[in-house]
Order: sequence, then C-alpha cells, then structure tokens
Amino acid sequence: MILAVELAYWQLLLIKVLAVMVIVPTATAVIVQTFLFKMMAHMQSRLGPMEAGPHGALQLLADGGKFLQKELLAPDRADRRVFFLAPAVVLLSTFLLFVVIPAGPNVVAEDLDIGIFFALAVSSISVLGILMAGWASANKYALMGGLRAAGQLIAYELPLVLAVVGVVIQAGELSLQGIVRAQAEGAIFGVGLIGQPFIFTQFIGFALFLVATQAELTQPPFDMPIAESELVAGYQVEYSGLQFLFFYLGEFGAAFAFSALAATMFLGGWYVPGLDVDGGLISNLVGPAVLFVKTMLVAFLIFWIRFTYPRLREDQLQTFAWKFLIPLALVNILATGVFKVVF
Amino acid sequence: MSEFLRAYLTVAVFAGAAGLLVALMLGAGWLIRPSRPTAQKSIAYESGVDPVGPGFGQSQVRYYIFALLFVLFDVEAVFIFPWALRLESYGLFGLVEMGIFIVILALGLVYAWRKGVLRWV
Repeated sequence: MILAVELAYWQLLLIKVLAVMVIVPTATAVIVQTFLFKMMAHMQSRLGPMEAGPHGALQLLADGGKFLQKELLAPDRADRRVFFLAPAVVLLSTFLLFVVIPAGPNVVAEDLDIGIFFALAVSSISVLGILMAGWASANKYALMGGLRAAGQLIAYELPLVLAVVGVVIQAGELSLQGIVRAQAEGAIFGVGLIGQPFIFTQFIGFALFLVATQAELTQPPFDMPIAESELVAGYQVEYSGLQFLFFYLGEFGAAFAFSALAATMFLGGWYVPGLDVDGGLISNLVGPAVLFVKTMLVAFLIFWIRFTYPRLREDQLQTFAWKFLIPLALVNILATGVFKVVF
Repeated sequence: MSEFLRAYLTVAVFAGAAGLLVALMLGAGWLIRPSRPTAQKSIAYESGVDPVGPGFGQSQVRYYIFALLFVLFDVEAVFIFPWALRLESYGLFGLVEMGIFIVILALGLVYAWRKGVLRWV
C-alpha cells in the first residue's frame, strides 16, 4: 500500500470508484479543451469563442452548463427504451477502459491478469451502443451512420488487436502493470539506461495501433459514420442535451484512454528511469504525472492527424484495413516471434 | 473470495458506477431542464423536410462478407494471444507451428481477395 493505513477492500474500492468517476469527465474535458478547442483553433486559424476566461479557457464550463439545461427529446417513432439506453452503453465502454490503466505501482483501479485483453474487449462494447442508437432513432441518416460505424469498427478492431500481439510477445504478459515492468527492466542492446520502451522494436505495431485507434474513435479521416456534410452527424442526429453529451464523453474519454494505453504499451507507461518499478511513495506520486505527459504526447499525434487529413471514402476505408493493415499486422506478429525466439 | 473473483467483482462495481454516473448527470439535469414536448419537436430530422415513409427503413448491409471474415479473424486473435504469452517456453516449435497457422489464414485472406469479396459492393 501507498499509505501506512491499512484499508479494507470496500473502503479502497469506494476511493477508486470515486476517483475514476472524477477522472473520466476531467480527462475528457482536458482532451476537448486542449486539442479540440485550442489546438484545432490555432492549426486551422479559426479561433472560436475567446470571451469566457483567459484565452477562452472557461468555454467548456459554459458548454457543459448549456447541455445540462437542454430538453431531452426523442422522435415519436423511436424505440424509446433502446434510444435512451444507447448513450449509456457507449459511456460504460469508455468507463471500463479506465479500470485497468496503471498510473503508478499501486495507482491502478484493478490490475487484471488479462489487462490489455480486457481493455480491447470492453472498448468494442461501444459498437453495440452506436448500433443501438442508429437503429432506435428511426431516422434514415441515423441508420446509415450506425451501419457505417459498425462496418468500420469491426474492420479496424482487427489491426488494433493484432498490433497488441507484438507487445504481448515481447513482454510475455497481458497485465498492463507487467508490460510496464517488462519495459522498465528491459535493455536496448544490453544497455539498460532507459529500459526498453517497446516503440523501438514495435514501431510498426505503434503505427498500426494509432491508425486503428483513429478509426475506432470515428475521427477524421475515418469519420464517415458521423460525416456532418453527408449524414448530418449520423447516429447522433436525433440526440439532444445530455444524451448527446454522453456520446461525446464516450468518444473523447476513449481518446484519452486509448492514448494512455498506447503510452503504456509502447512508451513505457508511468515509468521513467530513476523511479522504483516495484513501489514506493515517489513512484506512486510521480507516476501519474509521467503517464499524463506521455498520454498527451500520443493524443497530440492522434489529433494532429485528425485536423490534417480529409475524409476517406467508405470503400477506401475497408480496402485500407483489409488489404494493408491486417496483412501488415500479421507480418509484424511473425517477425516479432522470430526475433523473440532466435535472439 | 479468491483474489481472481475479487478482481472481477471490482470490474462489476465499476460497471455499476458507470450507470450511477449517467444517473447522477441525468438527475442533475432533470432539476433544471425544461420539458415542453410538442408534435413539431418529435418529428424525425431529415434536413428540415417532412420525413418520408416510416423511420425504420430498409437498408442494404453492404459489409456482411467483411463481418463474416471478421468473425474468422477475431477467433484467430483469441488463439494467438495465449500463444504470444507463452512463446518463450514453446521456442522454435511454437514459432513454426504458429507460422503455419498464420500462413493458412493469410491464404484464406488472399483467396477472398482474389474472389473479389474485399470490395465495397
């Protein structure tokens, strides 16, 4: 334990649950404020509202307040029960992602033995929520958006999963804490100065993971499911107020979680040279800050791509996944296996 | 309760907490948001034109072949994970074995490719 006080299971659990319930909206807010509002504004030379707070920093609070006050509406033909359940399912998927991400030797909600496998599994629950939203809205745009989203998410699920296999081969662990430890204790050509962040050996895996993440988040250039100029926001078209906000919480919360996962698997996670991998107060206090910086670096890459490239066509999207990413991922797995066994 | 089951109890509690978060936010909104439904508001949005036909339209599912392929490859991924985990102890035998498995799978993908099903129809 970090503290000298011994806490019962349920007390510890309560603290963890409260912490994650604060972290999920905060992480989302940080991502939206930094990248979506400010970085995009400066990259694309369109500043947007700058009045609320210094440099428009409080705009997000105003937006949150606005969403809270909006009336919840459902179209009269909609399947109301499924319609109102769908955003919660998307949010559930994102929320569970945060359970396994370690931010220090003891700072983790639950370090499952199958950590990364669990993360990949719960991340695909959001497909269900999106399909539910698309179908239950009783709207043609929503249906098309939902179907496109399902096709896209299953196509890019594979490169995402297969990119992770390389890391698992190298670490010999599925638990995220174990993957961090493997990187901290590794060595590059016998030099253990900075450990061995897997990005040096798994750079193909890292690239695959980033591209697949981009598609899983339905962000540009893979944003056909919510293409505003063709489908007027696809499966989100009939949602208003808080229900609409939940989709956004789910999407950008997942952006943060996926960035943190990528940082954990490829950049060494919460570990930097000098920290104690096995525990200690310093590691537990510095670890979260290190992980946050690395996460923001990965998120910067993801959003940089988002703001730079134009939207692909639907058939180009499928072709890219099946004819390029998946064969590349299979080759990467075999190559990693050969290196692991031979060297 | 064993450590293993307790870990998943934690996960279940977190799933409940996600529901609680949604309920809390909806509850907070309920205190201040208006509710004045009108017939106009509940018309499905189709770019401002009156909607045509029933909402639940029929639509061509264009990617069902992709979905079939996905099932195959996803099952394959489930096989690959335990192998990846234990590769060190399997050694060369495990590597060759998995090489054969992946090549056969890749042949399947090539076959689908040549048949032209990896095309948006």
